[in-house]
Amino acid sequence: MTRKIESEIDEILAQIQRWRQERHRVALATIVHAWGSSPRPAGSHLAVADTGSFVGSVSGGCVEGAVVEAALKVIEDGKPRELEFGVSDEQAWSVGLACGGRISVYVEPVE
Amino acid sequence: MKAATLAALAHARAARLPVALVTRLRDGAQTLYQRNGQHGDLLLEGAVLAEIEERCAQDRSGRLEADAGLFVRWYAPQRRLIIVGAVHIAQTLAPAAVMAGFEVDIVDPRTAFATRERFPDTPLLHEWPDLALARLKPDAHTAVVALSHDPKLDDPALVAALASEAFYVGALGSRRTHAARLERFAARGVTSTERLRAPVGLDLGGRSAGEIAIAIVAEIIQVRYRPGQGKLRG
Repeated sequence: MTRKIESEIDEILAQIQRWRQERHRVALATIVHAWGSSPRPAGSHLAVADTGSFVGSVSGGCVEGAVVEAALKVIEDGKPRELEFGVSDEQAWSVGLACGGRISVYVEPVE
Repeated sequence: MKAATLAALAHARAARLPVALVTRLRDGAQTLYQRNGQHGDLLLEGAVLAEIEERCAQDRSGRLEADAGLFVRWYAPQRRLIIVGAVHIAQTLAPAAVMAGFEVDIVDPRTAFATRERFPDTPLLHEWPDLALARLKPDAHTAVVALSHDPKLDDPALVAALASEAFYVGALGSRRTHAARLERFAARGVTSTERLRAPVGLDLGGRSAGEIAIAIVAEIIQVRYRPGQGKLRG
């Protein structure tokens, strides 16, 4: 009887399953640690298909591009990776968090 | 993540069961943890297991303090709100709760109140509250709010909700109405009345239906994340 309001996580899981049914390879990125004023809490997911399509989010949009790129590599070689993003590094303008926070993102293949 | 883990995760969510995925970050080994057991590569025990349990109550994912090489991701079931009384405030409370991420049901046997015109987007249960709650079985991820102002509807709903695992139980009504309610409950031997939030909602000073709805949703959020915090009252 209760109307199903798809929560964000259920939407992501459903999309991963749809991709896999269509024989796409998929990687899942998860924030494992967030420091300071990062916009999404630990546990936030971004799922990426081998086509480069993605659902979910790990930031306000500032690092999604770099995470998708890393996810495509994970899909390619099957090896999980941990990435860190912050404003303090040299690449801050291209793949940093404008908010001043710092996040660690774990990217794993869905096998 | 293995396909079997993904399937087990989807299954637990469909059954509204809390489930945690624990990952060893150095090699990707994983175990799915539920109250009734664990399945996967890692054996979780001792301080690690205690911290995972503790984080469940707060719905808090992150690296474990007991072992920084392990990451736990809690997947809590979607929160539910059961509104008793298809009254004016319910018309704003239902969409406000949906915005905060709740699934909402409205219970009211009076078909003149619980109409599609008044509630275009919310499931309406034309049942007596005690029967509806016996069927909906409020769990630890469910809030129940009684708004009808009619003891024939509110009382049985609140008695059932207080006896359930519902993490939040609130009732509309003035302090005088609430005092009379507590007297009726005492006469009937109803227990756990100290956890009944009444008058319902944080005291933000608002008066319109929308303002009261937001005060109620705000209090539900506060009880969820800061259960020990005292009531904000003027």
